[in-house]
Amino acid sequence: MAPPKKNVANDTAQGNGAHAPPPLTRDQELKALRDMLLIRRFEEKAGQLYGMGAIGGFCHLYIGQEAVVVGILGAAKEGDQIVTGYRDHGHMLACGMDAKGVMAELTGRSGGYSRGKGGSMHMFSVEKRFYGGHGIVGAQVPIGTGLAFANKYRGNDHVSLTFFGDGAANQGQVYESFNMAELWRLPVIYVIENNQYAMGTAIARASAQTNLSKRGVSFNIPGEQVDGMDVRAVRAAAIKAMEWCRAGNGPYILEMMTYRYRGHSMSDPAKYRAKEEVNKMRQEHDPIEQVRHRMLEGGMTEDDLKEIDKEIRVTVNEAAEFAQSSPEPDPSELWTDVLATTDHTAVGA
Amino acid sequence: MATNILMPTLSPTMEEGTLAKWLVKEGDEVRSGDVIAEIETDKATMEVEAVDEGRIAKLVVPAGTENVKVNSVIAVLAEEGESLATTPASQAPAAAAEAPQPVAAAVVAVPAAPKVEEEVKADPEIPTGTEFTTMTVREALRDAMAEEMRRDPGVFVMGEEVAQYHGAYKVTQGLLEEFGPVRVFDTPITEHGFAGLGVGASFAGLRPIVEFMTFNFAMQAMDQLINSAAKTRYMSGGQMGAPIVFRGPNGPAARVAAQHSQDYTSWYAHIPGLIVIAPYSAADAKGLLKAAIRDPNPVIFLENEILYGKSFDVPKLDDHVLPIGKARVLKEGTDVTIGSHSHGLVYCVEAAEKLAAEGINAEIVDLRTIRPLDIDTIVASVKKTNRLVTVEETWPVCGIGAEIAAQVQAKAFDWRDAPILRVTQKDVPMPYAANLEKLALPSAEEVVEAVKAVCYR
Repeated sequence: MAPPKKNVANDTAQGNGAHAPPPLTRDQELKALRDMLLIRRFEEKAGQLYGMGAIGGFCHLYIGQEAVVVGILGAAKEGDQIVTGYRDHGHMLACGMDAKGVMAELTGRSGGYSRGKGGSMHMFSVEKRFYGGHGIVGAQVPIGTGLAFANKYRGNDHVSLTFFGDGAANQGQVYESFNMAELWRLPVIYVIENNQYAMGTAIARASAQTNLSKRGVSFNIPGEQVDGMDVRAVRAAAIKAMEWCRAGNGPYILEMMTYRYRGHSMSDPAKYRAKEEVNKMRQEHDPIEQVRHRMLEGGMTEDDLKEIDKEIRVTVNEAAEFAQSSPEPDPSELWTDVLATTDHTAVGA
Repeated sequence: MATNILMPTLSPTMEEGTLAKWLVKEGDEVRSGDVIAEIETDKATMEVEAVDEGRIAKLVVPAGTENVKVNSVIAVLAEEGESLATTPASQAPAAAAEAPQPVAAAVVAVPAAPKVEEEVKADPEIPTGTEFTTMTVREALRDAMAEEMRRDPGVFVMGEEVAQYHGAYKVTQGLLEEFGPVRVFDTPITEHGFAGLGVGASFAGLRPIVEFMTFNFAMQAMDQLINSAAKTRYMSGGQMGAPIVFRGPNGPAARVAAQHSQDYTSWYAHIPGLIVIAPYSAADAKGLLKAAIRDPNPVIFLENEILYGKSFDVPKLDDHVLPIGKARVLKEGTDVTIGSHSHGLVYCVEAAEKLAAEGINAEIVDLRTIRPLDIDTIVASVKKTNRLVTVEETWPVCGIGAEIAAQVQAKAFDWRDAPILRVTQKDVPMPYAANLEKLALPSAEEVVEAVKAVCYR
């Protein structure tokens, strides 16, 4: 057996400073900060509630990766669709879904987006064009490609923003999708959130080609690696990719070099990586600290930033309160929503 | 020495065809590979090539002859220098000894329609006084799709070979021409990917019809069918779902062995969130496929390759839509209920005829929809006949018959006079050898035997 390849976790495009990304306006920067902070505080609270037993099952936190979804959605237009895997809380908050409804779904209550029937990994919002929340690794990739197909079929200029991780990038259905997307020039951006670990497996231990932006080469899909810890870089790349898609050129791959601070799920102590590696990322590349730093340099005060943090904490605390006080779904809910309500003979009734 | 040219088999399920045209005449010299005739099947027109060189001594079957059985002699080839006079087909030696005589018979014989089919009860869903026209299941399915595509611009057809090739089994014939390449398109051979793409398009509100060349290949896509299509409505608290139809031939075909010959009905019937339809007749195929396309839920529409070419009466209605979830009493009877679906009904109809000759009047229930299962119609029939035999091409373990038996014993325990018996495919992978394949499948004889057993005859 070949020796394991070098772990690229510390050897990526992250913050190399070679090309400083275009700056954000003050309003954009402020919005990015708020959106990322909301995700961070929400996830911290979710972690607490999990520890208290209020949230059950699997719970995959997005802490560390906030700049990816916030940067991409910051560039999106009304009507663009979003679909992702099971590490989905951040995506839902970033596309404007209500923190109360998301948290109440985590606690399995009737006030949740799926009325308690979906849980952490399976939430949807037709209104916000968020198409899940999919629990099977890679399954969202053909689905996102199908959303793009619908855009092309209808002749609108919407783009499907299809997120998946470095683990899912090895699934066969991803390449079946790449092929069809390029063949039919579908408007889809494949956002690969490369957080370096597929559950506990470092990318080099699972991927023959660790530069995932090259995974579309044989399909002629352009791709690039982006510093996924810098919301400015993510946004700039997203704008470019969206222009490509809206001009009818077909799909685009953005490999976001990012990092999750927590384990794969709540039950993962993350023994497969060194604490120093995590600390280095937190201290040197944290997406929120980068924005805070720039805002302080731009004239904001610590007090201004504390005020923002306070507001966010209120939102999150209210969400947590709602998630614990919202009643459990009525037992009759067990039998509803299996099929759309047309007049079918009840099964086994 | 003369060589017989035989009617070729052009597909695994072909039994007969039309000799459309001769491209040679008696006395012509031909070489191996020369096209000598055109054969029409219900799917396509194919060319027949000479297999040897020589002179066409005799054209045994005239051009335009229908129902020519495969392997019957259609022409005789004489060797170089051989006299035409000495090589009439009737003198062809050896293996051909049995050939010429049956040929003539085969050419003219049109099999009489089974008597039971004439008795088949009119569908109460079809208004009385409706006129009927005869069409194959294949045509009925095509018409259903075309009608729904005219009605709703969100309906489109995708799958392997559905567009330019007109479907591997010619079910999508003419759709590309009428609806164009945006709404009828060929996919790469990537079932997992294109099934998921269809699900995504349905999430966005389109109405995809996804054809699987056969359901054997749908196993590659199973995760998208079950985890994505079937469960999303529930997982989203009813916010959204997948209005999509997955259709294609399911069940044993002919001589294609274990990987291409399997009935998946009970696999899908197991899954809450799916609708599973498996029609037998062309009228049901049309009416139920139209209903499936309009239904807001994911529908698994299980067709049958062997039934594609079978003709039935189909109502001449502008909009023939049948309710999903309703079984149909195909033939009324008093002595025993036989419940089946799809190609299983072929055995039941034949068995009912044999049973009638022995004084047993069987009632046949065509399930039509497997999920939701119309157990009430079966129970009502059992309460009348007090006996039940189920027939299916599925394996016995956890099959449809097992489900029906469980429900009937709970709902009609006191009405039953005999144990419920199941006739199924044998519990083995489908063998290739002709004799073993026949043994593996259900048969009319087995249905007769099971009925006699429950009737204590």
